[in-house]
Amino acid sequence: MLALEAVEKSFAGIPVLRRLTLTLARGETAILIGPSGCGKSTVLRLLLGLLRPDGGRVLFDGEPLRADSLRKIRHRCGYVIQEGGLFPHLTARENITLPIHRLGWDPSRIAARIGELIALTRFPGDGLDRYPVELSGGQRQRVALMRALAVDPDVLLLDEPLGALDPMVRYELQGDLRRIFETLGKTTLLVTHDLAEAAWFGRRIILMREGRIVQQGSLRDLHDHPVDPFVTQFLRAQRAGEASGETGR
Amino acid sequence: MTASLIALCLLQAIFPPSTRAGNGETTPLRVGSKKFTESVVLGEIAAGLLRTEGLEVVHQRELGGTRVLFNALLRGDLDAYPDYTGTLRLEVLKEQHLDSDSALAAALAGLGIRMTPPLGFNNTYAIGMRPEVADSLGIRRISDLRDHPELRFGLTNEFLDRGDGWPSLRRTYRLPQSDVRGLDHDLAYRALAAGRIDLMDLYSTDAEIAYYGLRVLEDDLRHFSRYDAVLLYRGGLEQSAPKAVQALRSLSGKIDETTIRRLNARVKLEREPENAVASSYLEAAFGLHPETREETLAARLWRRTLEHLFLVVTALTAGILVAIPLGVLAFKRPATAPVILGFTGILQTIPSLALLVFMIPLLGIAAPPAIAALFLYSLLPMVRNTHAGLSSIPPELEESAEALGLSPAGRLLRVELPLASRSILAGIKTSAVITVGFATLGALIGAGGYGQPILTGIRLDNYALILEGAIPAALLALTVQGLFDLVERWIVPRGLRLKPGGGR
Repeated sequence: MLALEAVEKSFAGIPVLRRLTLTLARGETAILIGPSGCGKSTVLRLLLGLLRPDGGRVLFDGEPLRADSLRKIRHRCGYVIQEGGLFPHLTARENITLPIHRLGWDPSRIAARIGELIALTRFPGDGLDRYPVELSGGQRQRVALMRALAVDPDVLLLDEPLGALDPMVRYELQGDLRRIFETLGKTTLLVTHDLAEAAWFGRRIILMREGRIVQQGSLRDLHDHPVDPFVTQFLRAQRAGEASGETGR
Repeated sequence: MTASLIALCLLQAIFPPSTRAGNGETTPLRVGSKKFTESVVLGEIAAGLLRTEGLEVVHQRELGGTRVLFNALLRGDLDAYPDYTGTLRLEVLKEQHLDSDSALAAALAGLGIRMTPPLGFNNTYAIGMRPEVADSLGIRRISDLRDHPELRFGLTNEFLDRGDGWPSLRRTYRLPQSDVRGLDHDLAYRALAAGRIDLMDLYSTDAEIAYYGLRVLEDDLRHFSRYDAVLLYRGGLEQSAPKAVQALRSLSGKIDETTIRRLNARVKLEREPENAVASSYLEAAFGLHPETREETLAARLWRRTLEHLFLVVTALTAGILVAIPLGVLAFKRPATAPVILGFTGILQTIPSLALLVFMIPLLGIAAPPAIAALFLYSLLPMVRNTHAGLSSIPPELEESAEALGLSPAGRLLRVELPLASRSILAGIKTSAVITVGFATLGALIGAGGYGQPILTGIRLDNYALILEGAIPAALLALTVQGLFDLVERWIVPRGLRLKPGGGR
């Protein structure tokens, strides 16, 4: 479904991705993890065409990205970032329905869809007409998620969606997110720097370092069969300690 | 640049240059006058005369400077105005080296302009001083000034640059004075009386000479020519309005120096309005009773408010329609930003008076050139603020908008412009207030508005008149500001005006 083939990307002469190859099958959930600056966010941006690779190819559903196909591709993706990216001049409801406008749905269908989304994300209905600045951090991320899911995209890309939240809210949202991923079954790529969270969300963890993939697999694989001392260092630094990360809670 | 040209063409279409040749009956005749009292009085007399012939007349009074009037006459924006033979020979048509009035008449005819025979008085230039200073320094003639380089000249701005003015006077007499500055004519009299300047250029029929008891220096080298007063009119009037021509020519030889001095004195010293003075003259000299329209203060204020609003609203609307897209363009295509911002910036550095006058050859006098100049001046704050507002949108919001797959137009309308709306409105507010103030200068080219009484008040040393223009202008600026505060509440999305901290 999604693929990066030998992709290179530099910023101001500094290489960020070095001949990176990554594939994600339809319906698969994978977690991208690594130290800051390793290029995780860049991968997501390349998949959306927000950036163009200096070398290699980016493929969406088997087709390389082209300038004229970008909008169509973006209509099939949902993108959630750490700060939410909610537009402050629109209410929660207006933020969510923004991508729906072009579809020309009638109001009852829109209302039904919103109903589904707030049930899915456990968002309090009376918050829909508030502005983002009037919502809590957790509520904002739920709105961002609803906006990403509004048109029922095939792909979900999340860039450290819980990074700005306090631990208790993060805990709650982690539960909700995993339930949503499992319920909807979309092709999902989530970026995080928290190993425990990565293990909580998916079987396939992709560990990056300095623009390259170091190892992919389950947390157990990384723990028991590291291909590089860095892997062990990274795991230890997270104090993930016991290899039971998969069962987590 | 293209946008401004388009706007200018639009204005030309709305206000076409006068096509009055052969159409004089249906549109009112336009009489002009220069920015000093005698000219306004003569203009009123001419207008009054024409009205008694049953013609409809508009008097564009106190237009700035000889050139403005002469060119307006050439273009057909004016039908007649009073001028002086000396001015025409030595300044307006100086390249033709005309040395007699008949040569002058021929040259004017070549341009499609006719000249009445002289009205009967010579209003020449003279140099004047306070009598006590003249006596203490023993100065009686202009040549005597050669021995006093320390004296300070305060000359009318027009005199300072004219071919028959300061440059040639200085050459003829080899005058050494270096402290020479340009002043408004009426203000110069007050400066002379107050001792701030020592010498000024007098118009020999000015009322102030007698009033201040000024010493007129003898022009011993005969530098100054005769400046016989005449009326100039468009040649086309002879076909389209022969009655008007007859009326204008009937004034020849009718006004001598004593008469015009008395009329000037009644306006400047006894503070009678020019049209009343003109009416009483016409009654005394011709036995005519032209209808004088007396306007109440309220009626005047209302008329000027409408004129001023017309200038401001038209220019600002055009400005908004051009400036905001330009600001958006500068943001979307960063390569164009330096050009767009630079050009609008340069427009603002052009002195406002110069900008007004530049517009005249393109658009004539009165409202159109004023609106064009106001439009150009209004661009910079709005372009800059639009660009700044758009550029200050946080990059993650831009990214989210892009990632949603919105079209560029959709992004602009639903995300970018709303987020920048506060900045854009602030720019519009700034431009609006600037435009209200600047529009007062439009009176210099006949556009009316609140500037008219200010100019007249300066000319007549009448503070009440000045305030009649200045106070409404200030009030209008405040009102406009208040209006945009309301508009901001309406247009800027509520979400952008909230403070954080709600709903936990």
